[in-house]
Amino acid sequence: MSTFNTADPALLHDRADAPGLASRLAQLPLIWKLLSVALFALAWELAGRSGFNFSFPTFSATVTAFWEMVVDGSMGMAYLRTLEPLLIGLAFSLVVGITMGVAMGLREDVEWLALPIFIVMQAAPMAALIPLVTFIYGISITAKVIAVVMLAMPVITINSYKAVRNVPGSLVSMCHSFMGSRPKQIWYVVIPAASPMMFAGLRLGVAEGFSGVVLAELLITPTGIGDLITFHRSVANFAHMYATIASIVLFAVIAVGLLQWVETLLFRPEKRSVK
Amino acid sequence: MTINGHKLPKMAALVVWLIIWEIVGQFDLLMLFPPFSSVLMAMGEVVTSRSFGNAVWITLSCYAMGMALALVVGITIGILMGLFKPVDNMLNMWVNVFLSAPLSALVPIFMILFGLGTPTVVVTVFMFAVWIIVLDTRAGVQNISPSLIEMSHSFGANRFERARIVLLAALPEILAGIRLGMVRGVKGVVIGQLLVSIIGVGALFALYQQNFLMSHFWALIVLLFTFALTMADLIGRLEKRIEYYAHVRS
Amino acid sequence: MKIATPDTLEKGASPVGASNKIIEVKGVSKVYGTEVVALNDINLDFQAGQLTSLLGPSGCGKTTLLKIIAGLLPATQGEVLVNGKKIAGPGPERAFVFQDFALLPWASVLDNAAFGLKMQGMGKTEREEIANHYVREVGLDGFQKSYPHQLSGGMRQRVGLARALSVNADVLLMDEPFSAVDEQTRRKFQEDLIRLREVEKKTFIFVTHSIEEAVYVSDRIILLSPRPGRVSEIIDPDIPGDIGPDELRRNEVYLETVESIWHGIKKYVE
Repeated sequence: MSTFNTADPALLHDRADAPGLASRLAQLPLIWKLLSVALFALAWELAGRSGFNFSFPTFSATVTAFWEMVVDGSMGMAYLRTLEPLLIGLAFSLVVGITMGVAMGLREDVEWLALPIFIVMQAAPMAALIPLVTFIYGISITAKVIAVVMLAMPVITINSYKAVRNVPGSLVSMCHSFMGSRPKQIWYVVIPAASPMMFAGLRLGVAEGFSGVVLAELLITPTGIGDLITFHRSVANFAHMYATIASIVLFAVIAVGLLQWVETLLFRPEKRSVK
Repeated sequence: MTINGHKLPKMAALVVWLIIWEIVGQFDLLMLFPPFSSVLMAMGEVVTSRSFGNAVWITLSCYAMGMALALVVGITIGILMGLFKPVDNMLNMWVNVFLSAPLSALVPIFMILFGLGTPTVVVTVFMFAVWIIVLDTRAGVQNISPSLIEMSHSFGANRFERARIVLLAALPEILAGIRLGMVRGVKGVVIGQLLVSIIGVGALFALYQQNFLMSHFWALIVLLFTFALTMADLIGRLEKRIEYYAHVRS
Repeated sequence: MKIATPDTLEKGASPVGASNKIIEVKGVSKVYGTEVVALNDINLDFQAGQLTSLLGPSGCGKTTLLKIIAGLLPATQGEVLVNGKKIAGPGPERAFVFQDFALLPWASVLDNAAFGLKMQGMGKTEREEIANHYVREVGLDGFQKSYPHQLSGGMRQRVGLARALSVNADVLLMDEPFSAVDEQTRRKFQEDLIRLREVEKKTFIFVTHSIEEAVYVSDRIILLSPRPGRVSEIIDPDIPGDIGPDELRRNEVYLETVESIWHGIKKYVE
């Protein structure tokens, strides 16, 4: 890899050994990503054509199937059905999770009582509880919302808790020294200081939430995306099945990526750590 | 936390929650929770049933195989990505994609490709665990102070010794990644069996659900959760033992 | 050892007179748990308008005492009177300057300087005006919209100082305020502090572990010794006040005072 210092544009023009276009392009992260995707698509296409498994579609077949479903509206409808429990579940997880996390971070008694439960929930396979939820709440949207909450809330809560605990004590002490009451300390110092890590928790929670809603749709009763997957599998439309799965994966990745972009925008790292 | 000057142990709150569980169950307050005592009694039946033994065997063997694969592949790729920029450029995007993707959505694909049996579960465990191992290994290798590598070079260490130094220097992060990977692996082995549904714990859960055996269901859940937490704790202890040099590396 | 004499007291005392005790520490003890005695029966008076240093080796309790006076820590025993009234926590007449600056990383210099006033409920325009005045006074004019991460350590401490000055407290409590900056900046700060004291006419209580710093800036030095924390000596440096900073550091009386204090402290360090 080139070790030329390409930071200074003035250096690039007159020097005989200035890097050419190719090596400069090679340093752009975007180029590598596009190359990576292109190779992946190529490998997929070849694997499909090789016929190693009758059910494995080619990349081109998958893309065509995806386009078909978009055009005939089934993709759109499915997403609308799936987004409903996802968004409700995430909203609930966010509100309750952050509140619980902050409460645990601020009060030792709440921490003692509630933290072990959330630690267990984060480490344990909560997915195992989904069939149980079905048992009680049937195949309703409530069951799916609960599934999302079960997977998303623990990580949001624990991150909020850690965020509050990591607030530098001297900042809170400073606010106290200037006659800031406890509510003011929490609102003007603790919450802003904890926000970056809480937002990171939200990002992780969203990823878990997607997992929860897909699991719910595959285990409880197929609706939305889960329905598309199960249906096309049952009629051996493998290209359509793969296309649906790829789309939900892509959707989740883009959603999380967007949150990460917002995160760096709002909480620029250099603003965060000052010492 | 302290009451009247006596310090309460940390996880003791769980005892309080178990008592609450018992009360909720006895008074039928929430349909979801039978009394904890009946869960304990059902546990005896669950553990001694033959299908449980089968389920345990499937769970443990798939977990072990999937994790072993994830460790070998994950650490190798992580080291390669940490040391060689071109590899990092090619693979970094995919690692991030798979870390934020809902991996459960991929299981139907595995089921078709690998059949409705244990291979699918092994692949699921692998896919759940490997990415965080790659990420943390890479971070560990990238955090190695360059002067450490220069030092080993200047003292004439051969290829294997330098590789060993790289491995040991990155070990704290690698172990952290393994711990997270093991937790994800447990989720993977459960989700895999749930979705395949005709084997292992998936089959057991289906059985209890169909026959409305709530206490048995919960007994199985408690056992699974305990397994998950024990795994996490074991690795946590290992991490603590090497923590002493984690801060002094640079 | 120099016991207080009338002419040395006059050097920094306010025109009100030598008997104006703005802070009285009466029988203050601080015990952690049942065994760790951080402070044992401290009895001190602080005169209005003076700059007093709390000096001593680590573990002598000087920061603990400062925080108790500030109202940030409760005393296990004893009381602190400010202007004759017993304190129960922080108050508007006392402002604290932190060793690690304690600036809000997400707020601008101006917002940080105005923070104390904001906590006291002052409106935005008014507090920004006052804060701006002090931001300029500490020499940070032009940096009002900058953020802490863009500033050097010395500049960050100035923001902390501006914040403390803005609330117009009678007493400024400073916890090793210059220990986290480099040597040159530190010397400049010490000179600035002396000048500031002339302008602002407030009372300063200053914790430091540097003997030179204490002798350089203080009207009075309170020497504390550790295990348990107690007052071992009170020193009033007899240094002429009208010589420049560089001559001051070479002045004989200054050097002798530093030496004698060092010998007094030595036995606790070894």
